[in-house]
Amino acid sequence: MKKLHFATLFAGISVALIAPGAIAQKAAPSNADAVMKASFKDRGQAKVDRLDQDETQRLCSQYPEKRPKDVANKIEKLNLALVKYPSDGKLLGDWKEGEKIAQSGVGKQFSDNPANPSGGNCYACHQLSKEEISFGNIGPSLYNFGKLRGNTEAIQKYTYGKIYNAQAYSACSNMPRFGHNSILTAEQIKHVTALLLDPNSPVNK
Amino acid sequence: MQKLPQVALVAVAIGCGLLAGASTAQSNNQSGDATIKEIEKYRQALGDGNPAELWEARGEDLWKKKRGPKNASLEQCDIGVGVGKVKGAYAVLPKYFEDTDKVEDLESRLVTCMVMLQGFSYADAKKNPFGSPERKADMEALVAYVTAESRGMKMNVAGNHPKEKEAYEIGKKMFFHRGGPHDFGCVTCHGADNQRIRLQDLPNLTKKEPAQRAYTSWPAYRVSQGEVRSFQWRLFDCFRQQRFPELDFTSQGSVALTMYLAKNANGGVLSAPSIKR
Ligand code: HEC
Ligand code: HEC
Repeated sequence: MKKLHFATLFAGISVALIAPGAIAQKAAPSNADAVMKASFKDRGQAKVDRLDQDETQRLCSQYPEKRPKDVANKIEKLNLALVKYPSDGKLLGDWKEGEKIAQSGVGKQFSDNPANPSGGNCYACHQLSKEEISFGNIGPSLYNFGKLRGNTEAIQKYTYGKIYNAQAYSACSNMPRFGHNSILTAEQIKHVTALLLDPNSPVNK
Repeated sequence: MQKLPQVALVAVAIGCGLLAGASTAQSNNQSGDATIKEIEKYRQALGDGNPAELWEARGEDLWKKKRGPKNASLEQCDIGVGVGKVKGAYAVLPKYFEDTDKVEDLESRLVTCMVMLQGFSYADAKKNPFGSPERKADMEALVAYVTAESRGMKMNVAGNHPKEKEAYEIGKKMFFHRGGPHDFGCVTCHGADNQRIRLQDLPNLTKKEPAQRAYTSWPAYRVSQGEVRSFQWRLFDCFRQQRFPELDFTSQGSVALTMYLAKNANGGVLSAPSIKR
């Protein structure tokens, strides 16, 4: 029980990297990937193939700090093309559901039950409402996000797209690509988008 | 066993400390300053009595006891500073060992000695690396004993042997390797200054001073778990949070990552086993 609680507490996470210079990683020994892969075992939903990288992950690992402009552009372009908008064209759900999703840090760990829906754990990295004082600072404060940005169609589209695939707008962001990597469903992303944009949401109070 | 009453007292103090810490966090709104001070206070109060002492004592017994199919103790084990020497060993690990032709950290070296000296099978020596209140792990007790014998000493990992250099580079690559459903790597949570997840501080492990402070405070008695946790456990659990699969205990990659972090902590003074939230 203790363990589960602990897991939930720390379930979320990450970091904005600010560092000078486009520094690429020094070449690691050629067997590094093989050693890494041989050092893990499948457990629950987390299989060893999670170590395999797509091109975005590969490039972001290669350039952990600043990266050349063309690399950053390539990553953003590639990810922008991967954003899928909901087929019904509606981008705003229920902010109350969104708040629950933003609070929940469960999901995708080998200690999580894959039958349960994942959370977004937005509070792990962002300030969102005034009421919740336990928030992290890996991402910027989103308090008053809708109040400041408005609730136009363009802003709705940006917000949904950002949550769906953060790297479409910011290469190698430390923010997970929630839709692209199937952490959250389209329905859940709509709820969280409403949390950020709905004038009645605590984010905009 | 004079130590026992002290430990009981400490347990009570921890309980109170936690409560105090929590209520401070509530009333103190955003700034965690008061909470941090509160934690510092009970750390100080605990300074002369850490429940890890119980693990250390049990580990010392296990070290000296004749065990395994060969009915031998671990006293003839070379864990880095020569046969039978424990003092200062943790400060030079991980390290290359000729007899296995491998770089080993403390936990993998203990497994090696349990196999070579005591005759345990490799599988038996490796099983149950992390204990629970119902099932204590011998490994964590041994780790507590050995690391306590290096308390106050400076981290001094050599890292000059070609295999040590290779391990360091592999470990570094692992640190920056982003993957899995969340695109996380160690660097996501430990690559910048003054970052927090919720209210949890995250040390920047790419920088000398915070890397030293973090590494030298492990292993640690975890108040929240009532167990002494080894460095292998720390990595295992961070990989879980990273949404990676299970890090295989004492695997080559786990030792390589430890090498990267330990060498970066060179010069830091060991305070382990410490006590943590
Ligand atoms: C692991 C950390 C992390 C998590 C979890 C996270 N974010 Fe972020 N987020 C960031 C970082 C870092 C940035 C800034 C860099 C960027 O724009 O990608 C950011 C930026 C954003 C932005 C853009 C802000 C702007 O000014 O345009 C939005 C919107 C956002 N996050 C929403 C969310 C929502 C909603 C969730 C939860 C479903 C979430 N984030 C979860 C780290 C995170
Ligand atoms: C998703 C977030 C996350 C990721 C990814 C992550 N960690 Fe951590 N790490 C944490 C948190 C949170 C703590 C503090 C935990 C605590 O005190 O209970 C921590 C603590 C640590 C500590 C101990 C610091 C101290 O002073 O006690 C070390 C060392 C560490 N992590 C190393 C790593 C390494 C190496 C990796 C990559 C394998 C990694 N972490 C990946 C979240 C993360």
